[in-house]
Amino acid sequence: MPVDIENMEKVFERPRSLTDAKFTYCPGCHHGILTRIIAQTIDELGIVERTVGIAPVGCAVFAYRWYHCDAIQASHGRGSAVATGVKRADPNLIVFSYQGDGDFASIGTAESIHAANRGENITIIFVNNQVYGMTGGEMAPTSLIGQRTTTTPKGRDPKLLGYPIRFSEMIAQLDGPVYVTRQSLYDIKRITQATKAIKKAFSYQVEGKGYSLVEVLANCPTNWRMSPEESNKHIAEVVSKVFPLGDLVDRG
Amino acid sequence: MKQRTLMRGNEVIAEAAIRAGCQCYFAYPITPQAELLERLADRMPELGRTFVQAESEIGAINMIYGAASVGVRAMTSSSSPGISLKQEGISYIAGANLPAVIVNIMRGGPGLGDIAPAQADYFQATKGGGHGDYHMIVLAPATVPEAGGLTMLAFELADRYRTPVMLLADGMLGQMMEPVRLPPPIDPQTLPKKKWATTGAKGREPNIIRSFDLDPEVLKEMNLELQRKYREVEKNEIRHEEYETDDAEIVIAAYGTVARIAKTVVTMARAKGIRLGLFRPITVWPFPKQPLKTLAERVETILTVEMSAGQMWEDVQLAVCERAATPFYGELGGVVPTPRGILAEVKKYAG
Repeated sequence: MPVDIENMEKVFERPRSLTDAKFTYCPGCHHGILTRIIAQTIDELGIVERTVGIAPVGCAVFAYRWYHCDAIQASHGRGSAVATGVKRADPNLIVFSYQGDGDFASIGTAESIHAANRGENITIIFVNNQVYGMTGGEMAPTSLIGQRTTTTPKGRDPKLLGYPIRFSEMIAQLDGPVYVTRQSLYDIKRITQATKAIKKAFSYQVEGKGYSLVEVLANCPTNWRMSPEESNKHIAEVVSKVFPLGDLVDRG
Repeated sequence: MKQRTLMRGNEVIAEAAIRAGCQCYFAYPITPQAELLERLADRMPELGRTFVQAESEIGAINMIYGAASVGVRAMTSSSSPGISLKQEGISYIAGANLPAVIVNIMRGGPGLGDIAPAQADYFQATKGGGHGDYHMIVLAPATVPEAGGLTMLAFELADRYRTPVMLLADGMLGQMMEPVRLPPPIDPQTLPKKKWATTGAKGREPNIIRSFDLDPEVLKEMNLELQRKYREVEKNEIRHEEYETDDAEIVIAAYGTVARIAKTVVTMARAKGIRLGLFRPITVWPFPKQPLKTLAERVETILTVEMSAGQMWEDVQLAVCERAATPFYGELGGVVPTPRGILAEVKKYAG
């Protein structure tokens, strides 16, 4: 039977909110998947014309390039404070801040916690890959015990350098947030779940419900010195044991 | 407001900010500027505007960065140690060409210092403060009414040049009360729309606010753009006051509270037959180099008086360039010079 090219149904395409700028991420990195999910969410909610994205410092520093929405490049760790300023200046804008673990859970600790505690009506996408990717693979606040990084060459020793910080659990015990969840992207099922969580987080903001935080356990094949496949397995078998997946708070 | 009201400096700055159409104010408590924060905590919500007590100075300045990106008039205020914390954010605001107003009610330093009036943040305010090649426009009021007027001007200049503007006052001006007639309010809705602001990409290409580019050639161009802006500011916005300088042999160079005290000294000196005048920069950046240079051609001595170890003194020396003698008298640590103390210094160079 001849193929009817003219009338084929398109079942998959680039989200309209995603630009065609080339990603600066390493091959196999989850940032690309996550960026696409956010763009798709913006499409589905029809909010691209009133969305402002906040780009962090770190591997995602170019996040202002990926979306057809307005964007602000923030200083390291201050995404939640910048998002607060934007949202308070114009509450009709939909504001999301995309931040890594060093940015959100180390240098930006104060800004991150207090924006959550004020219940700012913003959405945070918190990428936890347990390493400072851009600067060369140094220890992150989330690095696992024993994890070898360029600043823990013999592995993270908790006696000297503390423990992997479960930041979302810290945020979840506050009264301010509406939705706090930890997701991952290591297989199709998890990607589907993460997509739903991100859509819920943005929807809550659109509905004026308040602060939402989606932590995403991401890989870093380059600095973990693993293949993408091995890195997915590592998240499934090791990382998600330290950082349990699922909703921590849902008051929506 | 036609009648004059007796008001504290910090409160006048707060009211002037409201009248300038400031829609967002974010700050953290610190003495001696706390009344500014407290007044706006009361006033901004009743006007339907934004007040947030931030978790830190760093939080506050980054909220300003966000609000300024959306195009509204935004202000933060603090005092010396808090302004140090804001430097990262100020550098980003300058680098991203954002308008913002920052108030520094200076106190004694370094470190925790004290809570008494000082002028020891002049270097930080006028020479950069944070990292990178940038400047703020820095306005230095000498009286409480002038603090109000310059606050209004600060918002105007910030918008005109898309740059951070600092109101540089001290604890004396913040705490002192004077009769003030406040200028008429501006309706924020009547201010021109900012086409570059991140207000949502509806019917246009996305607007991006950033100070960042990895390509050195591009970043060089961004820097040159900043420098061109600073040359424009130097050309158009230098403000200063000369008092009794026409026949002066000696001139005091001073700004802010010290300049106000020096006016009294001019009267005292003239009563004793000393031909003393006052040169008062109102913009300390850009510094009024040319007017001071011109003045230096015809006076013997320019005595710089500051509540610091000699910070503006460096700019005075650069402008005067040995055309006149440039001695210095400073008080430190929050000590305010007295008219008699300054007069004693003047007498050293008289006759």
